[in-house]
Amino acid sequence: MGEQTLWALDGIDTIIEPGEFVAVMGPSGSGKSTYMNMIGCLDVVTEGQVYIDGSEVSSFQPDELATIRNEKIGFVFQQFNLLARTTAEENVKLPLLYSQIPESEWSERTLKCLEQVDLGPRADHQPSQLSGGQQQRVAIARALVNDPVMILADEPTGALDTHTTEEIMALFQELNEKGTTIILVTHEPEVAAYAKRQLIFRDGHLVSDELTANRVSLDIDNSSLVSNEQ
Amino acid sequence: MNIFKLFKIALTALTLNVMRSILTMLGIIIGVSAVIIMVSIGAGAQQEVDAQLEAMGGNVLIIFGGWNNRGGGGTAAVATLEDGHANLMLEQVYGVEAATPYVLGKSQLIYGNLNWSADIMGTTNDFFVTKNWDLESGRGFTAAEMNSGEKVVIIGSIIKDELFGASDPIGQSVRVGTFNAMIIGVLKAKGPDTRGDDQDDVAVMPLKTVRTKITGISKSSPNSVSYLEVKGSDTVSMAYVEEEITSLLRQTMKVADDKEDPFRIRDLAETVESRAETQAIFNTLLAAVASVSLVVGGIGIMNIMMVSVTERTREIGLRMAIGAKPDDILNQFLVEAITLCGVGGLIGIGIAFGVTYSMETYFDMVTVINPEIVFISLGFSALIGVFFGYYPALKASRLQPIDALRYE
Ligand SMILES: Nc1ncnc2c1ncn2[C@@H]1O[C@H](COP(=O)(O)OP(=O)(O)OP(=O)(O)O)[C@@H](O)[C@H]1O
Ligand SMILES: [Mg+2]
Repeated sequence: MGEQTLWALDGIDTIIEPGEFVAVMGPSGSGKSTYMNMIGCLDVVTEGQVYIDGSEVSSFQPDELATIRNEKIGFVFQQFNLLARTTAEENVKLPLLYSQIPESEWSERTLKCLEQVDLGPRADHQPSQLSGGQQQRVAIARALVNDPVMILADEPTGALDTHTTEEIMALFQELNEKGTTIILVTHEPEVAAYAKRQLIFRDGHLVSDELTANRVSLDIDNSSLVSNEQ
Repeated sequence: MNIFKLFKIALTALTLNVMRSILTMLGIIIGVSAVIIMVSIGAGAQQEVDAQLEAMGGNVLIIFGGWNNRGGGGTAAVATLEDGHANLMLEQVYGVEAATPYVLGKSQLIYGNLNWSADIMGTTNDFFVTKNWDLESGRGFTAAEMNSGEKVVIIGSIIKDELFGASDPIGQSVRVGTFNAMIIGVLKAKGPDTRGDDQDDVAVMPLKTVRTKITGISKSSPNSVSYLEVKGSDTVSMAYVEEEITSLLRQTMKVADDKEDPFRIRDLAETVESRAETQAIFNTLLAAVASVSLVVGGIGIMNIMMVSVTERTREIGLRMAIGAKPDDILNQFLVEAITLCGVGGLIGIGIAFGVTYSMETYFDMVTVINPEIVFISLGFSALIGVFFGYYPALKASRLQPIDALRYE
């Protein structure tokens, strides 16, 4: 009845530079989420090292990891993970509660991020009063509020329809244009097509690491599809 | 993270589920209010006892005669309590400040066309001392009035109200049964005594007057009295005085060594105090039961906090993902538990004040809320919050971020 040892990831060696927009692809169970969780300091590696911004985070204690997550990483989840019965503004403000950022700046930062995701007027709405796409945009604003070096998004469009998916992807592209590093897990090649670089996993191994051919780019203002031949 | 932020987070979390928060606090609310109410009733009863003791004016013994030793060699006359014994006690027992004999009767008092039936008390001026009574107006008895059994009377406030209303009774003549007596004084109103008997419905006359004109002189024991009262000085033990009086009376009454006392001595203060003690034990017991309900309330808090941690595992995971340290999570849940208990405690205090107030207003009970018990119960309920909140909070803080996030 002994448990079988399974390497969710094996022999992965990747470097992601500031300003990149990476899509992580692969079949179910291939290790995409595991890879993201290692980078995001939500999970710890059994062997090997993870470096973020020059620090070897794989040797950090829980408190230091919490600080790294707070200051350097913004998470976007498939299920949004917003606090229920809590306004969009309060949800976005949440990471500031655990930060060193002075309280006097909180409101301004929160509203700025909400505006960045086009939800300024919805600041006092609760998640139940927002559509899926709007909820995901609140979650993105929350990921942005601490000015992270990178945004990690595990299937951020998994719970959204095609149109809303386009909206969210356009937003990511816009953020990336402004310099935010984005790593995104997805099943769908159409979604991965928005990224600049694509990693493909299979059975815990990295099988492909290439720049996106035929990258799709969306104009955020009218959501019209613009093909961008590279 | 500072304490204010923590309280803000806790309050926000608790107000998201107001009904559950209130139900969770119920145990603490009931516990705290029950403890305070019980202790307040106890303190009120103690205050009443103190007031009664104060009204008695300190150390007073009451000596009843009439316990004739059956089959004894002496005659009944010898075994009777007499007014002369009062002087003997005053002279021979160290520590006796005053000794007062009483002869009790009952008579109709008539003034004009009003009449009133009252207890008549024949005594000496010493009753002012042993009963700790005061005059509202007028004077006490003179030596001459005492010696000749003059027809003078000092009336209690109820008799004054019934027969004279607002007019001044001093110097008026009132009919007492078969004779007329002059009113020389009015007693200050005192309210009911320790047993609830009204002390203001009484007329006081010189001992000799009552004996000769109302009760009549007994042939076998012409000097007998209903009872004696002895007041001891503050510096002497009443047990000692009681012992001395017992041996003095046995000697005077010539009671054989193998016979029981033909009288009974009662220490009024002791009676009141022992009754108060019984009451205090009872109240302590009730307060103890109430404290148990506080602990049960605490377990209720723990239960809900455990449920809350499980229910909010994904929230905990999210908070960790966005930068909450394990201690932040621990503190958040701890502060939530403490807030639940603290607010519950405050509500409990409010209810206790309300209940004791209505007990005073509608049921005429005396209650005393002392500040210590309020602070103690509030502190205690916060402590319960820490104690019963710690385990669920620790459990929450030990979660791995990824496990908490994945929790279904
Ligand atoms: N907590 C865990 N305990 C044991 N095995 C796990 C755990 N989490 C993941 N795994 C295993 O690790 C492997 C990689 O899982 P991972 O969640 O990274 O896959 P994924 O690529 O994200 O799949 P999907 O597309 O379905 O989300 C899988 O074989 C999975 O069964
Ligand atoms: Mg996954």
